[in-house]
Amino acid sequence: MLFMPTCKEAAALLIASEDRLISIPDRLKVRLHMMACKTCPNFERQLLTMRSAMRQWRNYASDETENSG
Amino acid sequence: MVAQPTVSFEQQLVAHRDYLLKFARLQLRNESWAEDAVSETLLAALNKPQGFANRSQLKTWLVGILKHKVIDVFRHNARTVAIDAHAEGTAAEDLLDGWVFRADGHFAQPPADWGNPEQDLQSQQFMAILEACTEKMPPAMGRVFLMREWLELSSEEICNEMGLSSTNLYVTLHRARLRLRECLELNWFGGRSGSR
Repeated sequence: MLFMPTCKEAAALLIASEDRLISIPDRLKVRLHMMACKTCPNFERQLLTMRSAMRQWRNYASDETENSG
Repeated sequence: MVAQPTVSFEQQLVAHRDYLLKFARLQLRNESWAEDAVSETLLAALNKPQGFANRSQLKTWLVGILKHKVIDVFRHNARTVAIDAHAEGTAAEDLLDGWVFRADGHFAQPPADWGNPEQDLQSQQFMAILEACTEKMPPAMGRVFLMREWLELSSEEICNEMGLSSTNLYVTLHRARLRLRECLELNWFGGRSGSR
């Protein structure tokens, strides 16, 4: 399909959206790709896990976690 | 009455020096800048102990001050930071992209299912791996990555403060995030299945 980005392009857009607002056509491209692709949804979940991991690390670094035991 | 052997505020502050230094080093990637930022943090704390009065956690308070001091150090050295970032950013295309993706744009190794590791993410071992992965990044990459993730600056703020082009910043962050993913997959998520 002419419109369909590769995994590399879709992954690049997913990564980019961690740091900036990507355009609406780009968002559409990513969604279309995700519907057709078996591997990229895992990649997107990994990015979410990383985001959560960095948040935990920030809290851990400033000692804001409750698990002081 | 016998005087209580109390730990002075000064002693409590100094006890946190190594802890603060670890984060200053990780973020600044320059030993003397890190020393400066931590010294200024402790000085500020000594001069304004009342700032701590209504806080419960000394460490939280100190880390908050440190972040401001680190940003000051970056501002003073913006030129050097920008030169480093430019040198790294324009270096030959990162090999990682070629390793992660095949020529046709497919993943060379499909991304694994990391499951729902919420609990694991809070463990000390995981924090150590995460810090090691960040430490392994080249200096300019590590700096901008942690400006986003530790100092929580927006991309615009980083570009404006450090005089980086947005292209340079986004390329660098893209590489940093891909690297972190590889590092975690290799050292945490991939290696786990056998050991559990």
